[in-house]
Amino acid sequence: MIHKYYLNGYYIVLDTNSGAVHVFDELPYLMLDSFTDSVPEEQPEEIKRNLLGRFSESEIDEAYEELLELYRSGLLYSKDEYEQFCDMLRDAPVKSMCLNVAHDCNLRCEYCFAAKGDFGRGRMLMPFEVGKRAIDFLIEQSVGRHNLELDFFGGEPLMNFEVVKKVVDYARGIEKQHNKNFRFTITTNGLLLTDDKIEYINREMSNVVLSLDGRKEINDLLRVRTDGRGSYDRIVPNYQKLVSTRGDKDYYVRGTFTTHNLDFSKDVLHMAELGFDQLSIEPVVSDEKLDYSLKEKDLPSVFEEYDRLANLLIQRRKEGRGFNFFHFMLDLDQGPCAIKRLRGCGCGNEYIAVTPEGDIFPCHQFVGDDEWKMGNIMQGTFDRSMKQKFAQYNIYSKKDCRNCWAKFYCSGGCNANSWQYEGDILKPHTISCELEKKRLECAIMMKAALADTE
Amino acid sequence: MKQIKTLNKANLKESAVKGGCGECQASCQSACKTSCTVANQKCENAQRV
Repeated sequence: MIHKYYLNGYYIVLDTNSGAVHVFDELPYLMLDSFTDSVPEEQPEEIKRNLLGRFSESEIDEAYEELLELYRSGLLYSKDEYEQFCDMLRDAPVKSMCLNVAHDCNLRCEYCFAAKGDFGRGRMLMPFEVGKRAIDFLIEQSVGRHNLELDFFGGEPLMNFEVVKKVVDYARGIEKQHNKNFRFTITTNGLLLTDDKIEYINREMSNVVLSLDGRKEINDLLRVRTDGRGSYDRIVPNYQKLVSTRGDKDYYVRGTFTTHNLDFSKDVLHMAELGFDQLSIEPVVSDEKLDYSLKEKDLPSVFEEYDRLANLLIQRRKEGRGFNFFHFMLDLDQGPCAIKRLRGCGCGNEYIAVTPEGDIFPCHQFVGDDEWKMGNIMQGTFDRSMKQKFAQYNIYSKKDCRNCWAKFYCSGGCNANSWQYEGDILKPHTISCELEKKRLECAIMMKAALADTE
Repeated sequence: MKQIKTLNKANLKESAVKGGCGECQASCQSACKTSCTVANQKCENAQRV
C-alpha cells in the first residue's frame, strides 16, 4: 500500500508498510498511476504512450529503473506483515495511569469533556488514601515494566495539590525498592499556580500541560471562570514564569480549537509570541449538534489552516525561530516500534484512569460512563475480561483501519472518540480520521521541505 | 537516484522484530488527552538501535 499526494510543491510518496517516505520528481510520480500493488520487471507500454512528449524516453527509462529499484528493495508496495504481531502486548501489564485527583474545577469551559469538571458524577476531591492505593496498584500491576507514567488530572488537579504532593512523596519513597521509575505529569488550567507550586512542579513533574486556547479573546470566550470572567490575564503570566524556570524538562502549552477559531494558526503563533515553544492545539471533540463543534463542512477550512500552520513553521525554522507543534512532530527514523503502532494508546490495557472514589475506567475519557467501569482500587476489583477486550482493539480488528495508509501513525485512533461519536470502538471517528490524515500529510511535507534546506 | 529522494531509513519492519518492550509512554499522556497520534511518541527501548 502506498499513499501519494502533492503538497506545497512536493510530490510525496509514503510506502505504508515499510514506513519509507520518498520525495519524487513529477515524472515517477505520474508513473505510479500505472501500478496497483507492484512495479513489473518489464515497463508497461502505456507508460511511454502516456508520457512521451512531456518527458524524453531516457528520462522515462531512468525513472522506471528507480521505481523498480525501490520496489525490489522493499521500499515501495511492500507487503503488510504485521498482523502476526497482534498478540504481542495483548497481556501487557498496566503501567500508565491517569489519576483524577479532582473532580472539580475552577473554570467552566464550554467544551469540557469532563462535564465542566465533575464528569457528571458530583464535585469531589480524591482523598490521599485513594491516591496512595493507586500507586500501590500501579506497582503491583506493572510486573516487568520499569517506567511508570502517572498523570495528575481532573478537573483541576491544583485544587487538590496537597494530595498531589503526598502521592508524589509516597511514590518516590517506594519506587526504588520496587525497581520502578515514576514519571509524573500534571495538566492544569493555571489559575491556582503560585511560585511555590511552580517550583514544585518544575522539580517533580517530568511533563506539565498548561491549558491555553491562544489569543485572549479566543481563550476567554470558552475558558471562563465560575463567575463568567475570562482566565487569560491570570494564567499567562503564571505560565511564562513556569516555563522560564523549567529548564529543559518537557512541557506543552495546549489549547483546543473550535468553530470559533478556525483560524487557529493565529492562536499557535500567539502562543509562540508569548515565549512558549512547545505547543499543541487540538480539535474540539464534542457532540456535532453543539454550535462550536467541528463538522464535516468545516474540514476544508481546517485543512487550509493546517497548511498555513505548516508553512508558518517551515518559515520560522528556516529563520531560527522555530517551535514544536505537537501534532506535526514526527520522527521518521526512531519513532515507536511497529508493535506499539498496532494498538496506539493502550487504554483499558496498559493505561487506565482512576477517579476520586477509586473507580477504574479504561481512560479519562470513559470516566463517568458506568458501562465501562473496570473495577475499584479500594475494593480490590479489576475486570480482567474488559482489559482483554481492550487489548484486542487494534488496527487489524478495526475494519476501516486495516486498509488505511495512516494506520501506523495514529494506530487506530482514540477508542473513546469512536465509542462516543460512532457508537462502536471498532469504528474510528470519521472527522478525527480526516484531521489526523491531514496533519500527517503536513508533518511529512515539512520533513521534505526542511530536508531541502539542509 | 536522480528523480527520487528517500527521506528516512524505513525501518518499520526491523522495529517489529526488536520491538514491543512496552516501556514507552501511553500516547495520550504527553499533550493531547483528546486525540491519538502515536507516531510522535519517543521510543524508550535501549536495545533497539
